[in-house]
Amino acid sequence: MNPPAMHLAELNIAHLRAPIDSAELAEFVALLEPINAVADAAPGFVWRLKESEVDPTATVVHDYGDHLLINFSVWESLETLWNYAYRSEHLAVLRRRREWFLRMMEPYMVLWWVPAGHIPTLAEGMRRLERLRSEGPGPEAFTFKDSYDSSEAVSLPAAAEARK
Amino acid sequence: MSSDDLEALALLHDPVRRSLYDVVASRGGDVGRGEAAEAAGVSRTLAGHHLDKLVEAGLLESGFRQQERKGPGSGRPAKVYRRARGERSVSLPPRDYVTLASVLAGVVEALGAEERAEEVARGAGAAIAEGRRGEPVERVLGERGYEPYAEGGKVRLRNCPFHVLAEEQPLLVCSMNLALCQGLLEGLGDDPGRAALDPRPGECCVSLKQTDIDIEGG
Repeated sequence: MNPPAMHLAELNIAHLRAPIDSAELAEFVALLEPINAVADAAPGFVWRLKESEVDPTATVVHDYGDHLLINFSVWESLETLWNYAYRSEHLAVLRRRREWFLRMMEPYMVLWWVPAGHIPTLAEGMRRLERLRSEGPGPEAFTFKDSYDSSEAVSLPAAAEARK
Repeated sequence: MSSDDLEALALLHDPVRRSLYDVVASRGGDVGRGEAAEAAGVSRTLAGHHLDKLVEAGLLESGFRQQERKGPGSGRPAKVYRRARGERSVSLPPRDYVTLASVLAGVVEALGAEERAEEVARGAGAAIAEGRRGEPVERVLGERGYEPYAEGGKVRLRNCPFHVLAEEQPLLVCSMNLALCQGLLEGLGDDPGRAALDPRPGECCVSLKQTDIDIEGG
């Protein structure tokens, strides 16, 4: 049997310096629409969590604290996500992160493989980030710097669980 | 460094191979055998022989260009060459600055010292420009391996000289590279605002605004 095709899920959280509707964050909020448009049109983009289909500036509402901004998406491969994050207009926005977000000592971004077609839940993403923080990178929760390819994830119980 | 690197680079000592390699590298994409032969001023057969040697050594990659016409009579797909993505470096005796740079980049990240790193990079750019005031930035960047080329009113840089580290720490290294280019422009007496982050896959993250003055035309 062929292993299932795998996609890459990515979750990152950022600690806002000020409330999202404050003047300090206004420039960032103004950048949301154009940058999300770059993501949606990027090669390899599969899905991202949107709060609203009509308001492109609406950020994801969640239960993990209002000071946390959440980005959650699925991509066809490590390379396509990397090219979007670091080889598109997104890089210049990332470079300004200190203007809007506090520096975090713990990992704030996690990657893991999901079977193609499966959309993970935000709760699963937060669990993966916790796992990365507590146990370090592994095939079930990793980073760009210590990445694992999808073949190493296919046989894991976590992938099987996600397929249910 | 490995002995493979040394052997691969030794291959470039041959002037015909060197010029074929330069032709393929400077096009930034797939180059056919005939095109490379013509640009290097050698026969197709000789070019083919040397191009295949460069592929064998891992300096170039080969592939086949899709034919526009399919089916009988369209002939074989044309063999094309492009620069291999890996990098080769040789230092004798062996030195390993990439590992050290990677460790230092990790330290900058751990300290949250990105802004200081950018300041230092700006200074390094200015130091490169020392004594070269008034020279075109394209020439200086070209000498340092950036491979500048003009496109759509911009000077784009085909090669990232910090490729390995930029893959590992893109945000830090690309920010430092931008600061370095700005410091360089400033040192040359040019406008540092010409350099901006403008990344796209497979190239350097910086591009420069074309100046209004047409240097070529005088």
